[in-house]
Amino acid sequence: MLDFSQGIRKLHEALRSGTTTPEELLNQSIEQIEQKDGEIKAFLRVNDVTARDRLKGNAAASNSFSPKHLLDGIPYALKDNMCYEGIETTCASKILEGYIPPYTATVAQKLDDAGAILIGKANMDEFAMGSSTENSSYFPTKNPWQQDHVPGGSSGGSVAAVAAGMVPFALGSDTGGSIRQPAAFCGVVGLKPTYGRVSRYGLVAFASSLDQIGPITNSVEDAAIVLQAIAGADVHDATSAHVEVPDFTAKLTGDIRGLQVGVAPEFFADAMDEGVRQRVQEAVQVLKELGAEIKPISLPHISYAIAAYYLLAPAEASSNLARFDGVRYGYRSQNAQNLLAMYSKTRSEGFGKEVKRRILIGTYALSSGYYDAYYKRAQKMRTLIRQDFEQAFSQVDVIVSPTTPAPAFLLGEKTKDPVTMYMTDMCTIPINLAGLPAISVPCGLSQGMPVGLQIIGKMFDEQTILQVADAYEKTVDFAAVRTAHSKEAK
Amino acid sequence: MYETVIGLEVHVELGTKTKIFCGCETEFGAPPNTHVCPVCMGSPGVLPVLNEQALRLGMKAAMALHCEVRKDSKFDRKNYFYPDSPKAYQISQYDEPIGEHGYIDIEVGGQVRRIGITRVHLEEDAGKLSHSVFGDASYVDFNRVGIPLIEIVSEPDIQTAEEARLYLEELKAIMQYCAVSECKMEEGSLRCDANISLRPIGQKELGTKTEIKNMNSFRHVERGLLFEQERQEAMLHRNEMIVQETRRFDESTMSTISMRSKEDAHDYRYFAEPDLPRIVVSDRFLAECLAEIPELPAQKRARFVQDYGLPDYDASVLTATRPLAEFFDETAKRVKDPKVASNWIMGDVLGYLKTTDATIETFAISSMRLAELIGLIENGTISTKIAKSVFKDMLETGKDAKILIEEQGLVQISDESALRAIAQKVIENNPKSVQDVVAGKDKAIGSLVGQMMKETKGKANPQVVNQILKELITG
Repeated sequence: MLDFSQGIRKLHEALRSGTTTPEELLNQSIEQIEQKDGEIKAFLRVNDVTARDRLKGNAAASNSFSPKHLLDGIPYALKDNMCYEGIETTCASKILEGYIPPYTATVAQKLDDAGAILIGKANMDEFAMGSSTENSSYFPTKNPWQQDHVPGGSSGGSVAAVAAGMVPFALGSDTGGSIRQPAAFCGVVGLKPTYGRVSRYGLVAFASSLDQIGPITNSVEDAAIVLQAIAGADVHDATSAHVEVPDFTAKLTGDIRGLQVGVAPEFFADAMDEGVRQRVQEAVQVLKELGAEIKPISLPHISYAIAAYYLLAPAEASSNLARFDGVRYGYRSQNAQNLLAMYSKTRSEGFGKEVKRRILIGTYALSSGYYDAYYKRAQKMRTLIRQDFEQAFSQVDVIVSPTTPAPAFLLGEKTKDPVTMYMTDMCTIPINLAGLPAISVPCGLSQGMPVGLQIIGKMFDEQTILQVADAYEKTVDFAAVRTAHSKEAK
Repeated sequence: MYETVIGLEVHVELGTKTKIFCGCETEFGAPPNTHVCPVCMGSPGVLPVLNEQALRLGMKAAMALHCEVRKDSKFDRKNYFYPDSPKAYQISQYDEPIGEHGYIDIEVGGQVRRIGITRVHLEEDAGKLSHSVFGDASYVDFNRVGIPLIEIVSEPDIQTAEEARLYLEELKAIMQYCAVSECKMEEGSLRCDANISLRPIGQKELGTKTEIKNMNSFRHVERGLLFEQERQEAMLHRNEMIVQETRRFDESTMSTISMRSKEDAHDYRYFAEPDLPRIVVSDRFLAECLAEIPELPAQKRARFVQDYGLPDYDASVLTATRPLAEFFDETAKRVKDPKVASNWIMGDVLGYLKTTDATIETFAISSMRLAELIGLIENGTISTKIAKSVFKDMLETGKDAKILIEEQGLVQISDESALRAIAQKVIENNPKSVQDVVAGKDKAIGSLVGQMMKETKGKANPQVVNQILKELITG
């Protein structure tokens, strides 16, 4: 059996040399899901029949398969807010139960074109609103590292599927940390690309100006490979950027000598977990030893990021989610006697608590008489935060921080208090507001749970954050920690 | 005494082949829900992409209405729940429209009145709802969703219902001239809502207004505003309060009926559309738009009066549409007297088009062939009377005037010696009429001319005949 965590390049080489076949990889993925997902619950739906059909359609006769792309024949999971024609897409919401999209998201199309095999749709917080995957309308997902802990969110299902070895990679979406935070919680790599780097066409929108799709993988190199396949301007997304897509693996040399690494005190809150603080400081030390130059910088406005985010993101969400009205698709309340009642009952019954909370906040923030005090001021704060980063990046190449202020918490621990839950994204949210790329790589353990190191880059400079993350990953060998842990668990 | 204050909001469909944010066709009259796709249907996850042609037409419209145009503007979301809106918001423009501060000049009783235009903005159309006659179901057709529109908002500068109609006629002509829209009110490609209020003459602040909807022709707009003006005036005379409300024009009674009061007013929660980048246009794009704006109706009218010496009335009839104006222009250029061309077009040509329900674009006689016919009158080859029958034959046979005249031997006899011989004969045969002419009864000459025409089968040049008869009789 091939271990998915050894990396996409190894799997690719095995396919090329004929020591394995796409069928074998698919079977292994399905077996792993059958074995583990009863407990972990990473998948909302496993589309094994569709996957097998696709494999046949690829004319991949197993004895003469020759991969045309690094991802050719590699199984993967999609977060359930990305559309794939003919496959149910619910955003983990009751309101979209049974919804079959009539088209395929650009990212999924690109992965199809590369030959990757979609195995299933991963669980998430409903409409990507949450930080623990406990807001799924179906069931919570468990952290494969330790199952009484949350996997983080909102891309908790995608991350758990990768961390548990069910798929070699998955796609998540990141609006305020939804790729990086669960990646940190589960000890894998999560990359949020620059806003505009990856097409959002086919991603069911939460907050359009913040959402980005990105890879969740076992290694930094895998993240680079997957990003390569999904990046680029898209005629279907007017906000996708017409900038050159470089070779994201080109700088994965392990050499970061002379790079300027910024560290901002604002990322290290007083209340943060001591273990996390230490692991991140140790990581900074590792980068220094690798020849990077560590520079103190300041990001004075990022402490306002959560406040600004929780006005802007809900405002956009209140509009984006208005189309779920029971008229054309998805859930419709049967208890209504007129149009207005149909709207309100459908939405009251179809949406979960957190989604309703955010729709209400967002509607309020945009209402006449409140717009200036809330939405407009939050936009101004967003500009200040963006300027903070611009200023900082005139001095450094990358900025490092913890991905989260604390490691994964227990299931049910924070569900009663939304604000405490929101605080878990304090280090990731500022990056979405600024539109920057950032990656989370495992940097050790605290309280026995994985800790994530966040590396933030300049606009469209994913190359450099991948370079730093890769050099760090090669030096510290978190894979060994992971192996030791899984042996211990057995 | 009260004065009336009217402002108009006009929606004009832009004549693009495809919708504003997706590739669906815009064709009118297709079976319901056949010109739709995931994007215009607002399927979860889709994104809008701006159709550049819609922007171009919108920009041209704004320029033709003398607006200041924005090189850098944006789209906004107008949020509301209704089944005609699949996204539950309309992509529109709120605080940064593409055009502002324009105007349209109209002519009222020989005076030019300038009606200000507050703004021109781009937006997408909504779907069309229809309700079951049994009241148990509603149906929605999404073909119209995403058809590009501009909304043109006038200043409250319009003072009468007639001015409102004139404003709309001029607006329509401008849009058609610029090929921005066909402006077919019956197909909904031009729609008009009107705001009207009254105030005592001399008062500065505006009175309470009502909004009138559902007017499907310019005549309905005029009738609706007249009704509303009288209704409000009567109320004010009775010291009653005008209620701010939306009223529906009812075609069968030519009156307005209350639809809803202002309390139902929406809070649309506008905010910048995050799925579309700002609309930034280059100087070159603007220059191209400007270059595509042709001579507009007002300019054409002035030129027809000045260069061709036409009466104002002729000029305004002939400039009603761009193809008609161009037809006249092309004809007039080729004849000696443009007024004769105007008479032919306003009379025979438009008359024929009206009876056959056709348009000038498909008219069987080209401007060049009509000019040839007029030229044959002007050089004395045929009389005007003969020309009228040649015109009919041209329509029936598709043949040129010259060929028909030759085939039917219609060339006018202007040869004096030939006519003199015939005149002698007529005089000899009609002594009574000759006596009458000598006795000073001028009318009697007509009878002799008639005889001449009979003898020549209408081909005698009437002027020459008159002259010869007078000479022969009175010496």
